[in-house]
Amino acid sequence: MDLNALLTDVNWMPWLVPAFPLLAFLIITLLTNRSRPILATSHDYSGDGQHPAYPGLAVHAVTSRGRVLSIIVGMSGIIAAWLVSLRIVGDAFNFAEFGENVFHSAVAWLSTGTTTFSMGALVDPLTAVMLIMVPLACLCIFIYSIGYMAHDPRQARFFSLIALFAGAMLTLVVADNLLLLFVGWEVMGLCSYLLIGFWFEKPSAYNAAIKAFTTTRVADVIMLLGIAYLYFSTGTLSFREIMYDPAPGAAPVAAEAHTEAATAEGEQGEAAAGEAEEVHAETWADRLAQTPALLFPGLSAAALIGIFLIVGTIGKSAQFPLHVWLPDAMEGPTPVSAMIHAAAMVSAGIYAIVRMYPLFEAGGNPHHGDFTAPLLLMAIVGSVTALFAATIAVAQNDVKRVLAYSTISQLGFMMAALGIGAYIAAAFHLITHAFFKALLFMASGSVIHGMEHGHHHAEHAHGHSHGHGHAHGEEHDLLEPAPHDELGENPIDTDVAGAHGTVMTVQTVHEEAEHAGAYAPLAVASQMPGAFDAQDMMNMGGLRKTMPVTFITFLIGGLSLSGFPLLTAGFWSKDEILADAWLGVTEGFGPHTLVFVLLALAAFLTAFYTMRQIGLTFWGEPRSAAAKHANLGQGVVSAAMTLPLIILAFFAIFAGFVGVHPDFPLFGAIFSSAGTVPFKEFVGPTLLHQPESIALNYFPVLVSFTVALGGLGLGYVMYWRKPLAAGEVDPMVRILGPFYDLLKNKYYIDELYAIIFVKPSQWFSREVAYQFLDKGVIDGFLHLLGRVFTWIGDLIKVLNMWLIDGVGDGIPELIQRFGGYFRRIQTGQVQQYMLFIILAALVIGIIFALSSGVLQAAG
Amino acid sequence: MEATAFPVLSLIIFVPIIAAVLILFLNREQSDLARGIAITAASVCFALSLFVYLNYNSNVDAIVANQELIQQAGEPGASTDMFQAAVAFEERVDWIPSLGISYHLGVDGLAVPMVLLTGMVAVAGVLVSWKIEDRTRDFMAFFLLLVAGVYGVFVSLDLFVLFFFYELAIFPMYLLIATWGWVKLREYAAMKLTLYILIGSVIALVGVIAMYFTAGRFFTENPQFLPQGASAYSFAIAHMMRAAEAGAFHIPVLGSISFEHLWFPFIFLGFAVLAGVFPFHNWSPDGHVAAPTAVSMIHAGVLMKLGAFAALRVGVQLLPEGAHVHLPWIVFLTLINVVYGAFIAFRQRDFKYVIGFSSVSHMGLVSMGFATMNIVGMTGAGLQMFSHGAMTALFFGCVGMVYDRAHTRDLPSLGGFAKVMPWVAFAFILGGLTSMGMPGLSGFVAEYPIFAGMWQASEHITLQIGGFTLSNYYSIIVVIAALGIVLTAAYVLRVTQQVFFGKFDSVKYADVGDITARERFVLIFLGTPLVILGVAPFVMAPMLETGFKPVLAMLGVGA
Repeated sequence: MDLNALLTDVNWMPWLVPAFPLLAFLIITLLTNRSRPILATSHDYSGDGQHPAYPGLAVHAVTSRGRVLSIIVGMSGIIAAWLVSLRIVGDAFNFAEFGENVFHSAVAWLSTGTTTFSMGALVDPLTAVMLIMVPLACLCIFIYSIGYMAHDPRQARFFSLIALFAGAMLTLVVADNLLLLFVGWEVMGLCSYLLIGFWFEKPSAYNAAIKAFTTTRVADVIMLLGIAYLYFSTGTLSFREIMYDPAPGAAPVAAEAHTEAATAEGEQGEAAAGEAEEVHAETWADRLAQTPALLFPGLSAAALIGIFLIVGTIGKSAQFPLHVWLPDAMEGPTPVSAMIHAAAMVSAGIYAIVRMYPLFEAGGNPHHGDFTAPLLLMAIVGSVTALFAATIAVAQNDVKRVLAYSTISQLGFMMAALGIGAYIAAAFHLITHAFFKALLFMASGSVIHGMEHGHHHAEHAHGHSHGHGHAHGEEHDLLEPAPHDELGENPIDTDVAGAHGTVMTVQTVHEEAEHAGAYAPLAVASQMPGAFDAQDMMNMGGLRKTMPVTFITFLIGGLSLSGFPLLTAGFWSKDEILADAWLGVTEGFGPHTLVFVLLALAAFLTAFYTMRQIGLTFWGEPRSAAAKHANLGQGVVSAAMTLPLIILAFFAIFAGFVGVHPDFPLFGAIFSSAGTVPFKEFVGPTLLHQPESIALNYFPVLVSFTVALGGLGLGYVMYWRKPLAAGEVDPMVRILGPFYDLLKNKYYIDELYAIIFVKPSQWFSREVAYQFLDKGVIDGFLHLLGRVFTWIGDLIKVLNMWLIDGVGDGIPELIQRFGGYFRRIQTGQVQQYMLFIILAALVIGIIFALSSGVLQAAG
Repeated sequence: MEATAFPVLSLIIFVPIIAAVLILFLNREQSDLARGIAITAASVCFALSLFVYLNYNSNVDAIVANQELIQQAGEPGASTDMFQAAVAFEERVDWIPSLGISYHLGVDGLAVPMVLLTGMVAVAGVLVSWKIEDRTRDFMAFFLLLVAGVYGVFVSLDLFVLFFFYELAIFPMYLLIATWGWVKLREYAAMKLTLYILIGSVIALVGVIAMYFTAGRFFTENPQFLPQGASAYSFAIAHMMRAAEAGAFHIPVLGSISFEHLWFPFIFLGFAVLAGVFPFHNWSPDGHVAAPTAVSMIHAGVLMKLGAFAALRVGVQLLPEGAHVHLPWIVFLTLINVVYGAFIAFRQRDFKYVIGFSSVSHMGLVSMGFATMNIVGMTGAGLQMFSHGAMTALFFGCVGMVYDRAHTRDLPSLGGFAKVMPWVAFAFILGGLTSMGMPGLSGFVAEYPIFAGMWQASEHITLQIGGFTLSNYYSIIVVIAALGIVLTAAYVLRVTQQVFFGKFDSVKYADVGDITARERFVLIFLGTPLVILGVAPFVMAPMLETGFKPVLAMLGVGA
């Protein structure tokens, strides 16, 4: 590979996009992440309730220089990636017939037999729009992290991991084949694990990390099986070779001649070539659609592979029933939540499906009511998830959890859109959603940060009136002998051993304090009854006064999420999904109808819970002392946390105007003056054939208007016109009655998994309970896995001990009897054993030497 | 390739043996000298192994081209010629000519990565054993003898020599475990291990002797198949291969059952005992746990591969028809290995047992790769052998380092060790990610081809049970085997959490400190190949293919 080409040739340039953040990751990890053990007290490092306390422990805290350098390196990495992306996107816009022509380059990576695996970078229109969104969103998240993580002792580590996260996502975006996409996919899984569990001292964080990793891992392994199946069927994993290039069939089959499968398919291909040629040359995707699947003869190979891949997406994009990990992932730092929910992880699932769309569609045509199994699966899972998650979000009080369920719901919108063939609408919603959801998460992070700030302020003003403030005070006294302020400044890394000694003493003191009950870690404290919860919306209210920028940007994001008509990006993208669905409804297609009805309901709920959230958080009067004093403070931290909100707010409004239907009154004339939808026009050629443009229909537009305004209006009436006062019960409790608890507890899904699978195994084994209830695997889906597997594991273990070991031990027992006679020669002297070995070898040698003559005579 | 004048392979075998003898001549007090000799010998071996690897790798294109020519020509004996074309560094001295036994060494594409792996683990093993104070010189001497035995198996081209080294490796193993092992278990485990492996190898030996006579009789009757000047009776692998290709093992022995059909299970499973194939795996976790760290490393890291290697070389390569008949059911055993090993690992309280059972699980994937009988799956198996070797050695190194300081391996009582031993935590997570098949690490480039190979094999392989024909079941097997991968993630994360994260008991473990520079080197040394192979599998895969192509040519699948 010519290195110069990376800088000059736009075909090679995409390699640089993931390379820069990955390089930043390496540099930070290997060079700039210098830390030294310092005594951390809860005062040093508990800026907000999100951060766990490290009282009395020697924490490896990053040095000031390391912190600054790491931030610089991380920022340089993402900015470079962003600039290169802009350059590539600029070229893409000016490229003739982009879509038919793409930027592509590859290198040979692994040859297995006659096929060679190439790894390459590909930029087609779909990649190009992702390259607009992902680096920009990542950049905002990075900037935000400068402020949000400013007091964390491991900020350098945070930057290294989040750079890896961004690098992995960008790898996935520019990948030209499914395997490289999977590499990025998995590395993101790893990053989510490391970042959700970033505060690994918090048991809830670590458990959430395991839950996220394992749940998505189940899906990933199934996806990998699909990839392996696809690879063996076609001999390639390159997107374009599978979906757009003519498959080797009528052409000489020399390349594939060694597999019987290929030969057999080759014959079919020749037979089918005549009719296929009229439309386009037969591709692997088409051919797979005609091949019966291995396991389930009722399905085509393409359908089975598609289902395997979709399961991967259901895990990664948190669709029902594998959605359980996403709300728990809130345990990670807020920038990570934004990363997972908007820029990277969950978007990757949808992106992967759009990327492989012809494969899912092969053998059917949703626009003519001909649905393949993968499409049906997506339509059902997506629309059900959209509504299901939206209902849960209505009854959540945790500011981040509402957003988490709204993400699941919005991803359901995209999934459902994919199921009915509206892949462009799905891609469009993916982009707009990423902007406003990143905005909402970071704004909620600011809210939490501000609440913490206010809490501390209130606490000091009231003279440690809160329980846990009291604990801090006590602890501070205990720690007095070790002046942490000095330790923070003196370069004690030159004398680590000495410092370690001091630390130990202090720690012992601290242990005693803990046993005496004087101390409870902040993380635990925040979950204790009566403790202050900075994320509980019931504690907020009136924040618009002290945090105006956050309020306005949150409002913009919220309106966009609700699909506030005409002005917000969310309206245009959601409207397009509904319009596509309605088109099918008019033709009487069942899946379209299901999608249309469920999504319209979900959109109504979305608008409602968003209004409820903003009303509870910002409107009315403060419901706690913390809310009264909530603010971001002054200086760099505050600026770094505000700037990204403003950038994203811009996109949350304007990103939608690229998808306006040309016939739409006024807006169409302004934004789509060329007579086509710009987004569709650009992204459409990704699949090499421009989708038919649909005529503007006012019914879905009317529905969009109604559900958005209806939901917003209802939320306004309930939470704005008469804001909730301190101590007042949420009106939802009264209105929903018994259903409120059902929704609040997320339909008891986690508990359901637990009851079905957990209780029987508890009954089965006390030991199981001991091992796993508190220490091992956590609730929800992991309980399912944990319990069932443990049960089988025990069974096998017993079998192993009794049956196989029994036989195995029987033989040694027999031998032991004989061994008794020989025991006398076992003296424990190794030299003597050695002697025996040599003697034995000699004897064997002599026997062979003697017998050779005999054997030869015999032979 | 022509034989090199410089006997590299002999040197690799004899350097440790000579060093072991030297060490036995030392005084009891000269422990440091013993350590010095041991590390020198191990380093020399590693350097030579690396030389062999790099040299072979630079010639691999020529070998591939050569093999293709031979295959296209398609003359009788082509598979054997392909095999011989892949052999490098050949050495041959007649040993017992009357029996057709010769001291015949050489490496092909399968053996080369294994030789390199042995060199790595040997160096790492000596380094982690540095602090053994109890009879240091004896320990080092036996360890080196074990290394010599392992090397011997990988480089033998004569089945008699192969057996010789195979047994040579087992005896020091017994002593090392019984003398320096974990007090509670060592005698039991050493005995169990030795018995299992000995019985397995004896069964295989009987099979090989039967092959020897069958091939000899065949060549005596059909001398036209014999290369000029060769004797009819020989233990040389190429000789047996030629016989197999000519159909010597097709003769019926029991009614209609042919020789190959009868002997394949005995030979394959006899060796596969050492690879831990179900249900003959039970020696291994006990053995791993009882053994001192260095021995666990070489044991799980290299010795288990030795079983898989021999099972392939003697079983599949020499009795291909038998492989066609029997591997389709043996694949079920490998599936049990994968899933069952993972289940048990999931339930262990002892840190070292978790790793022990994880080896059982991962070695199942190796045998599963063999059972695909296609190039993709087999290459995956070859990569898995190397990957798992380095990975599990790394795991045992980590366990040893934690145990040396905490003096317990009871998972519930450990916790928070990432704070005091960040390097070990990092290395363990790296190994863990490799074992769960994280892309970018070697486990992925090994597991993925095995899966792809299984799918590919699914259409071709059927199993006859009585009148019932089972077809397409490989795809079901691979789906279930994937469960093992998920379980791997679960138990690795669980162990990581229990040992390295969570709360550190600073009173109980007050004297636990960070690892030394020497130990850090071991972790880096073993961890680096995982990353290299994961990012750049092309440094090993082509070589492995040259090794597997003759095997596949024997199997008649084509390559």
